[in-house]
Amino acid sequence: MQPFTSLTATAAPIDLANFDTDKIIPARLLRKLRLPPHGYEPYLFYEMRYDAQGRERPEFVLNQPQYRHAQILVADVNFGCGSSREGAVYALMDYGIRAVVAASFGDIHYGNAIQNGLLPAIASQAVCQRLREQLHAQPGARITIDLPSQTITDTQGVTHAFQIDDVYKERLLKGLDEVGLVLEHLPEIEGFEERHFGAHPWLA
Amino acid sequence: MTPRTMLDKLWQQHVVTQREGEALLYIDRNIVHEGSFHAFAALAKEGRKVRKPRQTFATADHYVPTIGREGGLGTIRDPEVRTMIELLESNARENGLLHLGMNDPRQGIVHVIGPELGITQPGLTIACGDSHTSTHGAFGALAFGIGASQLKQVLATQCLWQKKPKNLRVIVDGTLRPGVSAKDVILTIIAGIGTAGATGHAIEYAGSTIRALSMEGRLTVCNMSIEAGARAGMVAPDDTTFAYLQAREFAPRERDWDEAVTWWRTLASDTGATFDREVRLDGALLEPTVTWGTSPEEALPVTASIPDPARMSAAEKRAHAEHALRYMDLKPGMPIGAIPIDRAFIGTCTNGRIEDLRQAAAVLKGRKATVPAWVSPGSTQIKRQAEAEGLDRVFTAAGFEWRASGCSSCAAMNGDVVPPGMRCASTSNRNFEGRQGSGARTHLMSPAMVAAAAVMGRITDVRTLL
Repeated sequence: MQPFTSLTATAAPIDLANFDTDKIIPARLLRKLRLPPHGYEPYLFYEMRYDAQGRERPEFVLNQPQYRHAQILVADVNFGCGSSREGAVYALMDYGIRAVVAASFGDIHYGNAIQNGLLPAIASQAVCQRLREQLHAQPGARITIDLPSQTITDTQGVTHAFQIDDVYKERLLKGLDEVGLVLEHLPEIEGFEERHFGAHPWLA
Repeated sequence: MTPRTMLDKLWQQHVVTQREGEALLYIDRNIVHEGSFHAFAALAKEGRKVRKPRQTFATADHYVPTIGREGGLGTIRDPEVRTMIELLESNARENGLLHLGMNDPRQGIVHVIGPELGITQPGLTIACGDSHTSTHGAFGALAFGIGASQLKQVLATQCLWQKKPKNLRVIVDGTLRPGVSAKDVILTIIAGIGTAGATGHAIEYAGSTIRALSMEGRLTVCNMSIEAGARAGMVAPDDTTFAYLQAREFAPRERDWDEAVTWWRTLASDTGATFDREVRLDGALLEPTVTWGTSPEEALPVTASIPDPARMSAAEKRAHAEHALRYMDLKPGMPIGAIPIDRAFIGTCTNGRIEDLRQAAAVLKGRKATVPAWVSPGSTQIKRQAEAEGLDRVFTAAGFEWRASGCSSCAAMNGDVVPPGMRCASTSNRNFEGRQGSGARTHLMSPAMVAAAAVMGRITDVRTLL
């Protein structure tokens, strides 16, 4: 997994609350294999980004030239609610998005983001709104997200705190491999299984 | 000892080890489907195999066609769909998993066959790469959806690092009125607490209304917990649970059964256990409920009218409702019971069980659908059972297509799409934009309400047809 420390980059506003994973990547595209060089990049925000003929919708934020190279998104409440599809995170990452700021996230999407090195930064709804207003006023503006200090520096140079659990922070900073982290505990897992299946033998 | 909630007990019984803020949680059962291919690919890339093959089950549901599949995989024309189904089969074979393929008599939707085969039991932790895994909590299990990376971890280790969720108890008391079902209970809860209302929480559903529900009804309620933001929903196991489970294929037998029931009876929340939050609902006041927007929280009784976003106080709800009404092509003030529909769909892990089919058939008997309509039973076994009860003939006489089992038009990944601009009365769980197909418009409701809508060609209060 790609570690995350600090990033200064163009940010794009995603105004709609409850932005579900079907909007991030439609279900019918999940059958696609994640192949180089583009991976899931072409499928990100597919319905909002392209019309029925596959042409770009000029009104969609990432189709506007100033936001096209955004690496940060600023959303509202409940970003990534809905399905467990990790393809939603693949699409964001393959587009080049490395951090999403939101007032809250769908739980499963949040976990998927951590697993892939995409920073889900939880800021207050007021901060999210302020950032989005700035990004609308100055299209293409850059903001800084610093994970060690858990701060976002907005376009005016003002810093805002964001929240992340220490365990997730450490994992993102180090880019840790989870299976490896679990298998360090193999003797304890085996001990658990002996006790658990000893008590409930029909489950073994 | 301090009184504990059911979540506390399930959690404590599965902690392998802990570190600050997280526990390494043991996962008893895992179910995979075609969409799990990313996890298997990552596992193979790391040179790993499934560590405990007997604890993972595979079934084909998301991509399987619901018509014309009797000829086998070779007859599936879409090569991408065929590849998805073949990948599950080969991954299951290489890892020694029980695989219930497209034409297996035990095939069905992951969250339908788990309970039906007795794989789902009280006291277990259950994971699956699907957000509606919350369904299995209806048995008093801790069940939650995971993404591909975590699925890979479960396959490789049978464990997951997890932060313990907070505990929300939703208490529903009272007798449901005729025409009101489990779907109306959960839609009303979601409309009340919002689609992020239970984020970070596991929900325990309690109260006399929940107790009186069949297992099918409890499964419907727990299924949509994720639509309220909760990864897990659960109901304490009781005699209804045990009666459902007994003699199912993977349920414990004989002496094991007696031991299991003794254990299962200890799982309910202790009297006096405290919850982080509590929400109460009067079940006797509930009405048939329908979504009007593009988030499951945008739901109202069928007797209501489309709300005016301008009168919503929260800015993000107002903006979402405005956006939703544009997408849905609806205007504030329009009676929900006047919304015409173009399609009707009955099935899914939410409402594709035998009781759901019976309730819809009871409305359809002697009537005709006026729009194209189809049923995809939640499993092949349910399909057979419905046929034995003659329900298939009621559906086909009413003009419904009687299809094979799968996820079908819930997410339309198998090609069962609702065409652009068309409005579908659906028993599924999500009314997101494009969910049933690009540009498709979804109204969520109970099976009986979908049947009523199909007959009348518009959203209809089923109580007028009872």
